Amino acid sequence: MKGLVEIYVQQFKTTLASFVQYRAAIFIWMIGHVLEPLIFLVVWSVVAQSTGGSVGGFTGADFAAYFIVMMLVNHFTYTWIIYEFEYRIREGLLSFSLLRPLHPIHTDIVDNASSKLITLPMMLVAAVILAVVFRPAFHTVPWAIAAFIPSLLLAFILRFLIEWTLALAAFWTTRVSAVNQGYYVAALFLSGQVAPLSLFPHIIQVVAAILPFRWMIAFPVELLLGRLTPAQALTGLAAQTVWLAASLILLRGIWRAGVKVYSAVGG
Amino acid sequence: MRYVRLLFVFFRTSVLSELAYRSNFFLQLFETLLDLGTALAGLAVIFSHTDNLGGWRPDEVVALVGVFFLVGGTIRLLVQPSMEGLIESVREGSLDFTLTKPEDAQFLVSIQRVEIWKLTDIALGVGVLAVALVRLGTRLSLWQAAGFGVAFLAGGVIVYSFWLILATLCFWFVRVENILVIFQSMYEAGRWPVSIYPRWLRFSLTFLVPVAFAVTVPAQALAGRLSWQILLGAWALAAALFTISRRFWRAGIRRYSGASA
Repeated sequence: MKGLVEIYVQQFKTTLASFVQYRAAIFIWMIGHVLEPLIFLVVWSVVAQSTGGSVGGFTGADFAAYFIVMMLVNHFTYTWIIYEFEYRIREGLLSFSLLRPLHPIHTDIVDNASSKLITLPMMLVAAVILAVVFRPAFHTVPWAIAAFIPSLLLAFILRFLIEWTLALAAFWTTRVSAVNQGYYVAALFLSGQVAPLSLFPHIIQVVAAILPFRWMIAFPVELLLGRLTPAQALTGLAAQTVWLAASLILLRGIWRAGVKVYSAVGG
Repeated sequence: MRYVRLLFVFFRTSVLSELAYRSNFFLQLFETLLDLGTALAGLAVIFSHTDNLGGWRPDEVVALVGVFFLVGGTIRLLVQPSMEGLIESVREGSLDFTLTKPEDAQFLVSIQRVEIWKLTDIALGVGVLAVALVRLGTRLSLWQAAGFGVAFLAGGVIVYSFWLILATLCFWFVRVENILVIFQSMYEAGRWPVSIYPRWLRFSLTFLVPVAFAVTVPAQALAGRLSWQILLGAWALAAALFTISRRFWRAGIRRYSGASA
């Protein structure tokens, strides 16, 4: 355990150093993370306005709150592992990670968490600016804020495991970009990035709740905004835990099968 | 005329080299269909709660999506790959070869790469546009069609000049790919009528990143909402940007010194 902590600290320093080198790139990539929720915020506010002030229980100010929190939660749980893994396998870089006595996922976890440590403050600034411009309405309650923190952490871990597992598709196919785009589109709708899930037809809501999508992003957002009852919050936390266990099992199985078919050329 | 022939030659070589990778076509088709499906599904969700978006009727917004794909496809077909090629060749010094050729170097650079599979974006965009127009039941007058053509052309010149200005920055700064990424994410905002955005954002989308002129204005022409003042403005901006981009190109070339080659 002590060894793992030391490795995490060392990896953190490495990530930090590479971050300083690519700061411009990371800043620009954040623009996209702000712009997308901003566009949906505007679109839905316009819809709320044109239908007499509110749509499905959301006023313009509610939409502002929803999409600002969505932006933060989405950024917090975001991973870029699917792109990265494809590159690693194509270039044979994975061979080096396999030689290390540590599961490659650890490096990725630290890498992700430490770059968030730096980008998150910037996102918070963006959120404050958006809040000043769009005047969101928050109706949250203390218990929801308390439950939000574990739900956010579970969401992060869950999304990380799911996307890491999905990235392993690169072991079998070189057309990962198609897999990636399919997943991205599903996540866009089913995790509430296009609109709050309650505005979708019932059947879509059911699908979003059965699959892990809602639990990766939308659930913490709804929770923080005080849109869930305590019972719904508990059910949600349970669903997150179940999916987390399932994705761990999935990840182990697929990783083992993938490493078997992996063969690097050169390196 | 000679330019048209040259463009044709470049196009033909790209087609020939890409035909070796035919499965890429299906991959591209899949991605475009998914992208289009996303756009239309998003509209379906929105229009299940309202019957207009900032004064635009559903089919008018669908037509806008068609134009968005048409314009985006054109950019990704020719403009974007060529500009990325320019940045690369400046960094690697291979621009020397282009400069020694007996044609206008700006022209050669601007058509150097064609990503032919992006034609699927254009074809599907036109398809969506056609369906939307039929559903709108607008009998497209010759006047409207001409207005669309003229606005589309102006939009093309504006976008091209804008990309060229950004790409020529590579003569001064080596890494400018990131700036292009900004344009791409801002371009996404053009999926929606720019009139819905708050004023500061609308201003940025019109003048800082000219998405409004590339997508919304041509779509307005089809919907019969275009005044001749806007059209004139679009062409004035197109002419101004084209001149400025030419200046940028000239200044950049003067600064350029092949590092290797």
